[in-house]
Amino acid sequence: MNFVYEKLFGGKQGFIGLLILAALILIVFPLFFDIFRLNLIGKYLTYAFAAVSLVLLWGYGGTLSLGQGIFFGLGGYGMAMFLKLEASSAENTSIQSTPGIPDFMDWNQITELPWFWVPFNSFTLTLIAILTIPALFAYIIGAAMFKRRVGGVYFAIITQVIAVILTILIVGQQGFTGGINGITDLRTLNGWDITSDSAKYIFYFINCGLLIAVIIASRFILTSKFGSLLLAMRDKEDRVRFSGYDVSNFKIFVFCFAALISAIGGALFTLQVGFMSPSFVGIVPSIEMVIFAAVGGRMSLIGAVYGTLLVNAGKTAFSESFPELWLFLMGGLFISVVMFFPNGLAGLWDDYGHYVTRHFSFLSTLKNKLFKKSPSIALEAANDSNVSEQQMTKL
Amino acid sequence: MVSNNTDFTLAVEDLTVSFDGFKAVDNLTLYLDRNELHVVIGPNGAGKTTVLDLICGKTKSTSGSIKFLNKELTNMAEHEIVRAGVGRKFQTPSIYENLSVLENLEVSYPHGRGVFGSIMFKRTSEVIEKIHQIADQIMLRDELETEAGLLSHGQKQWLEIGMLLIQDPQLLMLDEPVAGMSVREREQTAELLNKISQGRSVLVIEHDMDFVERIADKVTVLHQGKILAAGNMKEVQADPKVIEVYLGH
Ligand SMILES: Nc1ncnc2c1ncn2[C@@H]1O[C@H](COP(=O)(O)OP(=O)(O)O)[C@@H](O)[C@H]1O
Ligand SMILES: [Mg+2]
Repeated sequence: MNFVYEKLFGGKQGFIGLLILAALILIVFPLFFDIFRLNLIGKYLTYAFAAVSLVLLWGYGGTLSLGQGIFFGLGGYGMAMFLKLEASSAENTSIQSTPGIPDFMDWNQITELPWFWVPFNSFTLTLIAILTIPALFAYIIGAAMFKRRVGGVYFAIITQVIAVILTILIVGQQGFTGGINGITDLRTLNGWDITSDSAKYIFYFINCGLLIAVIIASRFILTSKFGSLLLAMRDKEDRVRFSGYDVSNFKIFVFCFAALISAIGGALFTLQVGFMSPSFVGIVPSIEMVIFAAVGGRMSLIGAVYGTLLVNAGKTAFSESFPELWLFLMGGLFISVVMFFPNGLAGLWDDYGHYVTRHFSFLSTLKNKLFKKSPSIALEAANDSNVSEQQMTKL
Repeated sequence: MVSNNTDFTLAVEDLTVSFDGFKAVDNLTLYLDRNELHVVIGPNGAGKTTVLDLICGKTKSTSGSIKFLNKELTNMAEHEIVRAGVGRKFQTPSIYENLSVLENLEVSYPHGRGVFGSIMFKRTSEVIEKIHQIADQIMLRDELETEAGLLSHGQKQWLEIGMLLIQDPQLLMLDEPVAGMSVREREQTAELLNKISQGRSVLVIEHDMDFVERIADKVTVLHQGKILAAGNMKEVQADPKVIEVYLGH
């Protein structure tokens, strides 16, 4: 049990942190916000997947990707393609010159569903595509870069270039992708109205559950030898290589895992927001994701979630009144965080968090209840401490 | 003469590397017996570090052959060379400053070297025992929980040696292991090297003559990428060429 506790939750601090986050998003938010606001928070929380992926990739792995929007977008488009096909049934599209295909295809004189759209008729295949294609794409990029030992700034620039190319491709191939408007008018999932309040609630909770699951899975990886190796590689790559590790494989794996996480976020975005467009794929969203992670603390999985929520709340509040100033403000925020709070919000939590945990000691009581030590072990522990006390007094 | 199968642990033959026409290592031939502790000395820029770079695969040679236990290393990837049994310590201590001494040793433990292996790697009692045993050897038993960045310079050097020892390499290569150490630490390191060279071959690069005298079975003097002299310490010290370029000043 102790093993699970350490591995999955990262010890006491980590467990309490996760518990507070879970309580906030699963209980407090749904109680205090109406469905419109909650849906907005749900949208922010889909970005949090990308921010968490950057904690692994950038914070621990030392590899900055300025292209997480690529994978977020691929996941989002995958889901959007399925929903669009469902919305484009022959009855719904009977006024088109070719009924049964998405409206934007019809507008672009396409008369047959393109082959790569066909699998998205099936929800199962769609889910498989969301979970594999972005990761596979990351594998190809990662293998091409990391095997050649391209890293650092070059890697960041290349991921950014790929994000731009993908955006241009999506915008340019309007007939296949819906172009600049994206894929819109998504209504039902297997006949279930996704725009209804009840659907929005359900998606919100699925989103939260998956986010917590992703954080726990990431913790598991980071607390293993793999996690130590990531840190080791970040600081002394050659030492790791000359200790018998094929460094590139480790980098490729984190990049793929980060892509997978981001893609899940993208798919959940489409479900909750009801459309997907190239503006969530390119440079700006990709850089925003880095800012979320930086503000939250690039070494903290949970911090990344708070960073995302905070920056987005700021963005929404601010851009309503001064839309043109927002980008400057965010740039300034990014620079000041990197300069003055390199560990972001999580750094502040580490410095001052024990005040909070002390005042909320019921949380540790709760933890003891959840992970009840069997009496015999507790007894042993007590004996141990007695013994060591005795030894101390002897010494 | 190019030998095929030999009894040597390491057989370097006609090894040359040229950086834009500059031959940092020039037609070098060098043999290491089993259990031999071999020291390479030479002035700064002689090409000593480059020799180690070539053997461990960090630098690709222009020509020549490097055989380790009769296995050609020149075309192998770095991690394969390590897995074959060659460990190398860098000139400046190269440890993971943000990890504890224990984690440094654990990360170097030669199991769970693949991606999934490392995720599922468990700190078993066997692993802990091995770490303790190495920590004893390198005199860091009391520092296991210390963050490696906080160690003294000498302790960092030992830690890196320990990170190699835990892999139990057949050939251990150390680049200036006592640089920056106090007299006392040098003595302890000499003792350590004499101990760990039991059952394996060791190739050491060093400047400190007293230290070399204390540990070396054989000495090779390198100068401008070429071998100037080789033999035991006495022979080398008496060699007039060596006195002129190196020991003389
Ligand atoms: N990768 C490299 N590219 C160009 N020159 C190099 C490279 N590595 C080493 N050298 C040169 O080779 C020479 C030998 O260097 P080195 O092996 O570090 O000497 P030593 O360790 O004996 O002091 C030096 O002149 C150095 O500048
Ligand atoms: Mg050198």
